[in-house]
Amino acid sequence: MIALRHTLYLTIRQVKAFLRQPWYLALTLAQPIIWLLLFGALFKKIVEIPGFGSKSYITFLTPGIVVMSAVFSGGWSGMSMIDDLDHGVMDRFLVAPTNRGALMVGRIAPQVLTTIIQSLILVGLALAVGATFPGGAAGIVMLIVCAALLSVGFSMLSNGLALMLRREESVIAAVNFILLPLTFLSSAFLQQSLAPKWIQQIAKYNPVNWAVQAGREALNKSGDWGFVMAHAGYLLAFAVVCALLATRAFRSYQRSV
Amino acid sequence: MTNAIEASGLVKTYAGKVKALDGLSVTVESGSVFALLGPNGAGKSTTVKILTTLSKPDAGQASVAGLDVLRQPERVRRAVGCVAQKSGVDIQATGRENLMLQGHLYGMRGKELEQRVSGLLERFGLTDSARRIARTYSGGMQRKLDVAMGLVHKPQVLFLDEPTTGLDPESRADMWGEIARLTAEEGLTILLTTHYLEEADKLARRLSIVDEGRVVAEGSPDELKGELKGDAVHVELASGEAGRAIEALAPLADVRDVTLEDGRLLHLHADNGAQAVPVILQALEAGGVNVASVTVARPSLDDVYLKYTGRSFEKAEATAAEVNR
Ligand SMILES: Nc1ncnc2c1ncn2[C@@H]1O[C@H](COP(=O)(O)OP(=O)(O)O)[C@@H](O)[C@H]1O
Ligand SMILES: [Mg+2]
Repeated sequence: MIALRHTLYLTIRQVKAFLRQPWYLALTLAQPIIWLLLFGALFKKIVEIPGFGSKSYITFLTPGIVVMSAVFSGGWSGMSMIDDLDHGVMDRFLVAPTNRGALMVGRIAPQVLTTIIQSLILVGLALAVGATFPGGAAGIVMLIVCAALLSVGFSMLSNGLALMLRREESVIAAVNFILLPLTFLSSAFLQQSLAPKWIQQIAKYNPVNWAVQAGREALNKSGDWGFVMAHAGYLLAFAVVCALLATRAFRSYQRSV
Repeated sequence: MTNAIEASGLVKTYAGKVKALDGLSVTVESGSVFALLGPNGAGKSTTVKILTTLSKPDAGQASVAGLDVLRQPERVRRAVGCVAQKSGVDIQATGRENLMLQGHLYGMRGKELEQRVSGLLERFGLTDSARRIARTYSGGMQRKLDVAMGLVHKPQVLFLDEPTTGLDPESRADMWGEIARLTAEEGLTILLTTHYLEEADKLARRLSIVDEGRVVAEGSPDELKGELKGDAVHVELASGEAGRAIEALAPLADVRDVTLEDGRLLHLHADNGAQAVPVILQALEAGGVNVASVTVARPSLDDVYLKYTGRSFEKAEATAAEVNR
């Protein structure tokens, strides 16, 4: 009960802080939109490659961009942890009888919220520019669930890194050097069968790809829901493992104060 | 009288190397202001972190408000308020939001919390800026908010880690008034750390001088100053004849602890400063030394610090700054 209440208080704090940074807010929402429209226009003709298997690139691309946005917003989320560490806010929470679990879960909830809003905007925009999602509402929900699980995972990794290294540079490096390649080592932009064999191999173990493929499958006319649910399960496992790692980082931070 | 804080033999080593505390002990009487005085790196913040359960000692024991910090950390947290050196104000939130969240985390709600928060805002002169984001507050206002946050849940013991460092003189005087009021009117026990001798002298009933993780002297400001018998005499030399001046003073029975600063300032102690001055001047004149000025003063905590650590306070500060860089 206390854990729940504290999670709520801490979530509200983060959401308010987020809403108070209009530039950051605008960027978080605008960036995925720009990606969708830019990549959509740039690679429009890609569907003409024999064997691509999809008639509209924007339809193909949307789950890719939804997932990519989730990856990045999760990846950047450690920055607010660094802020809290630098300003002594975390230590103040620790000196108060704050529920320790809530200190981590209170960072997951805003992340899920951000992903849901981001995803809905992207899907709406995609529909407006001509994408079709025969999988319907159920498919869209499943895509968002997968994206949210993935963003929770990356957000936990990002927070863990922030707690261990306590430097903005480390979060920035992680986002720039890890997340972009992971996105390109998935089928976010290109049909998997057209990618080189070695990329296909790596993609099998890439959580980003799990989310893209599961989300795309769920949006198909008669998607393979066995495949979708299995991958959603992998993503849940990924999120749990990341959360455990973050918890360990949190404990090690507490020992180092 | 009961003790609000009892800690003994605290040891804390960071990252296996830095020995932050080396057997520090401290006892604070309920309802009083106690100061830990020491230069940067002495171990003051580490002591506060241990007493507020943020950090665990490697050895030693401590109780606050009668509760063991290691065995009953949850209950200690409810009994203490803490204003850390690093602040703890969420600068993205308004003053009111900061206070409300703090109260919520201690399980306060509804009208009770609203009233408490409004009362604190009023008391610290923050009512008009309560709806502004703390980022826009001046340093003095942020520090006041900080203290108010430490008080929301009505703690029995308040820890203030360097509450006036970095404040302008006016804000500092404000804060001193506030601290004095807290113990006088509410019977709060306060442990404050400071590296301002003047602050400890002014606010604390008792104080410990901390150096390299240990207490080197403990007592009331007057007791500590009293241990230095007599008055401090400062002689400013007109020109660089320091060697001859020291020689000239050596035979005087009444004069002790002659030290030289910057080659032209002599510090010494005499049982009775007023009587010693003519004798000192005569001896210097006889030795052919020209004097620019002489002052006599009651010993300060500065002198106490010098006696116990063998370094002047400013020197210790400068060294600590070097080491921490
Ligand atoms: N979290 C920490 N990790 C490593 N070393 C620390 C940490 N906190 C303090 N220290 C070191 O312990 C010593 C005492 O620090 P501190 O208690 O902050 O001193 P003070 O508050 O008196 O300036 C210093 O040498 C400082 O560098
Ligand atoms: Mg300190």
